[in-house]
Amino acid sequence: MRELNAILTIATRDFIKFTRDRGRIIATFIFPFIFIGVLGGSLQSNLAQNAGYNFLEFIFAGVLGQTLFQSTASGIISLIEDRENDFSQEIFVSPISRYSIIIGKILGESLVAMVQIIGILIFGLIVGVPISLIHFVSLIPFFLIVCMLGGAFGIFVIGNLASQRTANQIFPFVMFPQFFLAGVFSPIKNLPLPLFILSRIAPMTYGVDLIRSVYYAGNPAYDKVVLFSTQTNLLVIGSFFIIFLVFGTFMFVRNERNR
Amino acid sequence: MSNSIIKVNHLVKRYKKAKENAVDDLTFDVKEGEFFALLGPNGAGKTTTISILTTTLAPTSGTVTLAGFDLEKESAQVRGTTGIIFQKPSLDENLTAEENVRFHCILYGIYSYRPTYSLMPQEYKDRLDTLAKVVGIEKEFFKPVKTFSGGMKRKLEIVRSLMHKPKILFLDEPTSGLDPLSRKSLWQYLMHVRKTENTTVFLTTHYLEEAEDADRVCVINHGKIVALGTPSELKNKWVKEDLIVEAKDRKKLKKELDALQLKYKEDGVIKIALTDSNAQKVIQSIKTPLTYLHINNPTLEEAYLEIVGFNTNQA
Repeated sequence: MRELNAILTIATRDFIKFTRDRGRIIATFIFPFIFIGVLGGSLQSNLAQNAGYNFLEFIFAGVLGQTLFQSTASGIISLIEDRENDFSQEIFVSPISRYSIIIGKILGESLVAMVQIIGILIFGLIVGVPISLIHFVSLIPFFLIVCMLGGAFGIFVIGNLASQRTANQIFPFVMFPQFFLAGVFSPIKNLPLPLFILSRIAPMTYGVDLIRSVYYAGNPAYDKVVLFSTQTNLLVIGSFFIIFLVFGTFMFVRNERNR
Repeated sequence: MSNSIIKVNHLVKRYKKAKENAVDDLTFDVKEGEFFALLGPNGAGKTTTISILTTTLAPTSGTVTLAGFDLEKESAQVRGTTGIIFQKPSLDENLTAEENVRFHCILYGIYSYRPTYSLMPQEYKDRLDTLAKVVGIEKEFFKPVKTFSGGMKRKLEIVRSLMHKPKILFLDEPTSGLDPLSRKSLWQYLMHVRKTENTTVFLTTHYLEEAEDADRVCVINHGKIVALGTPSELKNKWVKEDLIVEAKDRKKLKKELDALQLKYKEDGVIKIALTDSNAQKVIQSIKTPLTYLHINNPTLEEAYLEIVGFNTNQA
């Protein structure tokens, strides 16, 4: 019971820190603007006819998945430096399990990522992406699942890293390739073999595809843009989540005190 | 050692890829209710020692027991019974003082989670009321911490860390960066708390006058204990009392001191070494008119410098 209280507290704190940081709020809306507005718009105007489906919509769904995954992951990666500053120092010496700390942090960063989704939605509506609000609301549980995956991935990445600097250097290299391998902006149904393999082992692929598989349900373009069924995606995501979380936390905790 | 609340036994710590032990076979204990100060130059192993005692660093070997709990095997219980004031401020600047305190209380299991102050139990609100008055922040309690002065922030941290009534309070350079008035006020509050709750206080500091009031002082250097005892014991052992004098006719004074067979140093002023508190006798035996007279009681800082200087020369 105390652990649950602790998780809620840690998540709340993270969320409040975000909502009171105006600079951070503004910064989080710039990326989607670039992706959907600038990139999506130009691709739609030039390639949509050949692709046979609405590219703006394709990228919009992709960016939803990508933002959730990346935002949560990067929030987790700040944990290394975090624990030596401000209130985080207190969290790490309090009598709660290290799992609670990490789960609380993932939950908090997930809520932050969800706020960004609202911004993306508004932006999508402005730019003219065909979305229905009811359909969007039905996606919310799936948004949370992709967040948790991103968070677990984050802890897996930093589990073995000793310094915040190393983490910051590695992060672009594990994130950026996934933008393309996961098919956020470009279709990846058919790929040359090496890229195909990399794409299918990248966790973001399943997060993005999960969102698309629900978003495009009933849409004639479904077969052109979705890779796996919702169930398959959930199964793979679930497995990734458990492996990343358990292994990542174990390594993180061990390295935390063994310097 | 029946009422030792901290027992450190043959503690050793060697960092990864290091060639020497940062902490090299440390053994000491701290009694319940004691005010214990750990001193030492930078790199001596102070931070390492306190990091181990506060569970943020694993030891290489040795055993540590806090309030009867083993550090390695019962770390959750150890954490529940200790409070820590970190060297770096541990408040969230964008959160209010009340939020900083509330989150701490929930993490330590004192109260259940509630998203707002208004939903918290009355007992919590009453306690906060008293706390806010003590620290002097009744009006600012619901404002973000970043509007507070350094001294108020530190006091808030101490007040917060005592909410779960810890048996041991670790203070890692608690007043560094504070102005003298804030420091004094902070210490007054700490000593008051210590008396009323019988909290054991474990301090590291570079302000040696803060350690003057300690029950016992431990000086470490190069990872080993080089002195351990009450401030008086250390001062008596390492520093002699001086009688500082000055006269218009210095030559005459010096001649007289030589005749009286009194040892002295000339260090800008004349410092006569005193033994067995014979200040009165010495003063009475000097006939040369003096323009300045001062009995210099040794300070802990002088003792510390002797201990560390001596030790460094030896090493």
